[in-house]
Amino acid sequence: MPGGKPGRMLRSKAARVWTEMKKNRHAYVLMAPYFIIFCTFTVIPVLLSLVLSFTNFNLLEPPRWIGWQNYARLFVQDDIFLIALKNTMLFAAITGPISYIACFMFAWLINELPPKLRAVLTLVLYAPSIAGNTYLIWQLLFAGDSYGYANSFLMKWGFILEPIQWLQDTRYVLMILILVQLWLSLGTSFLAFIAGLQNVDRTMYEAGSIDGIRNRWQELWFITLPAMRPQLMFGAVIQIASAFSVAEISIYLIGFPSVDYAAHTIVTHLVDYGTIRFEMGYASAIATVLFTIMLTVNLVTQKLLGKVGE
Amino acid sequence: MKITLKMPKRLNRSWGVDVLLFLLLGGVACFMALPLVFTISNAFKPIDEIFTFPPKLFVRNPTFKNFTDLVGIFSDSWVPFSRYVFNTFFIAIIGTIGHVILASAAAYPLAKIRFPGRKLLFSIVVLSLMFTAYVTQVPNYMIISYLGLINTYWAILLPAFGMTLGLYLMKQFMEQIPDALLEAGKIDGASEYRIYWQIVMPIVRPAWLTLIIFSLQSLWTNGSVTSHKYIYSEQLKTVDYVFGQIANGGLVRTGPVAAVTLLMMIVPITVFIVTQSSIIQTMSTSGLKE
Repeated sequence: MPGGKPGRMLRSKAARVWTEMKKNRHAYVLMAPYFIIFCTFTVIPVLLSLVLSFTNFNLLEPPRWIGWQNYARLFVQDDIFLIALKNTMLFAAITGPISYIACFMFAWLINELPPKLRAVLTLVLYAPSIAGNTYLIWQLLFAGDSYGYANSFLMKWGFILEPIQWLQDTRYVLMILILVQLWLSLGTSFLAFIAGLQNVDRTMYEAGSIDGIRNRWQELWFITLPAMRPQLMFGAVIQIASAFSVAEISIYLIGFPSVDYAAHTIVTHLVDYGTIRFEMGYASAIATVLFTIMLTVNLVTQKLLGKVGE
Repeated sequence: MKITLKMPKRLNRSWGVDVLLFLLLGGVACFMALPLVFTISNAFKPIDEIFTFPPKLFVRNPTFKNFTDLVGIFSDSWVPFSRYVFNTFFIAIIGTIGHVILASAAAYPLAKIRFPGRKLLFSIVVLSLMFTAYVTQVPNYMIISYLGLINTYWAILLPAFGMTLGLYLMKQFMEQIPDALLEAGKIDGASEYRIYWQIVMPIVRPAWLTLIIFSLQSLWTNGSVTSHKYIYSEQLKTVDYVFGQIANGGLVRTGPVAAVTLLMMIVPITVFIVTQSSIIQTMSTSGLKE
């Protein structure tokens, strides 16, 4: 008999999946509206962009297939990309973990306050993300003349004799970028953590104290953190995404392109090729490389988070 | 269950560490509050104070002139200003409601129902969060124009309904709900739709109140970024587009722009305070006695 045993097994498996699907039809009905929209406006554009990364596409002529050439060019010929890669990795390695921990610590501290006070303090800490003009303050602080707050402070106390060109000096720009990002970092995951802490079952703390939990740090590690694992996973993904795709603050604060590419990041490189030179294929290849990096970091992070509270 | 009402809040706490931690919190808060203080005080500065160099954080001679000037500018507007206000509110409110409802409806099965394809769908959602939006702009434009949505509210609303963040956030929160609670609902004969709406949604209230903040904030302030790409007719534009035009008016307009910045912040901040203070502790096990 042609298509003997394996065929039948495959068919019976398909039949099983089909009955499962029919049994759970409510699930599909609930998901349908969202996923139709999500696929149209998110999944398809991402897939298109992945395909474009193998082409030469300048928005005017139809895309031309060139295989791996974009990627080869990226790693072999493009020195500036390598600078951008190095900057982004350094930036993410510092801001990612620090801002993630800060988000959690502040959320945890605020959580013990009465609701009204908590709302106000949350607002204040979240303020840099909500106010639109945040770069202005940092420009004042790091202005290159002796009136800039940082310069005037250092000169008054005799640490320096001449003003430092903070935003133009290649030695400082990346550090300033990191500082500003840390200041901006109490954003999405911070609010998610605050809400997450509200969802932790209060009775568990009582049970914990009976079971011999002595101080707040033990309570944090053995009860709060494990109970918040879903939010911690969410926060990690968000932090990774924001740490690796930094671009705007670099463009607005340091300038574009930055002096000697000292604050050039993968995404500013992408902006350069995508919106100035109109090399969409090449820009898509940059996006794909960034995507791969973030994915790897995410896998490692999720593994680590699985160990929390053990 | 009686004991929980006493709030075992002071469990495992010592005063010394409390004081130390809250001093730290206060110090950071002062620094983080700078943009708020600056924006508020700037809006009330007379023109000469705005241009003082080096700039001062606090206003010395507060004035309402920036606001009255702003009204003057609007009265010259070609399309009545109220129309822009309507557009902004319409897009922000409908977009937020749609996103919260659709995303949570999709999150519930992903978190709590075991159906074929569940893992795959969820990983697609997480993966898409890692793809930068700068390169998907062009494909996005092609899709929106192919669907004939250019120059309609839908060009902004539909993509907002399907934002990735909301689904992921809601799914993570729904995961914390004990299965036993949903089982109990099923035994009582509730359909999946009812369980979603009457059991799951009330429990994850902190989550969707937070999601409202994210969604509203992005639709409110980034409205112009997306809207100028897809919307060309003047009557459909949003407030921040007009405000952008005012800012382009040069030095004379600096005062009104400061006023505008404050006005644009008021709505997100109000929503923020209202939602944050109404996040009341909802224990995941409330209603469940074991």
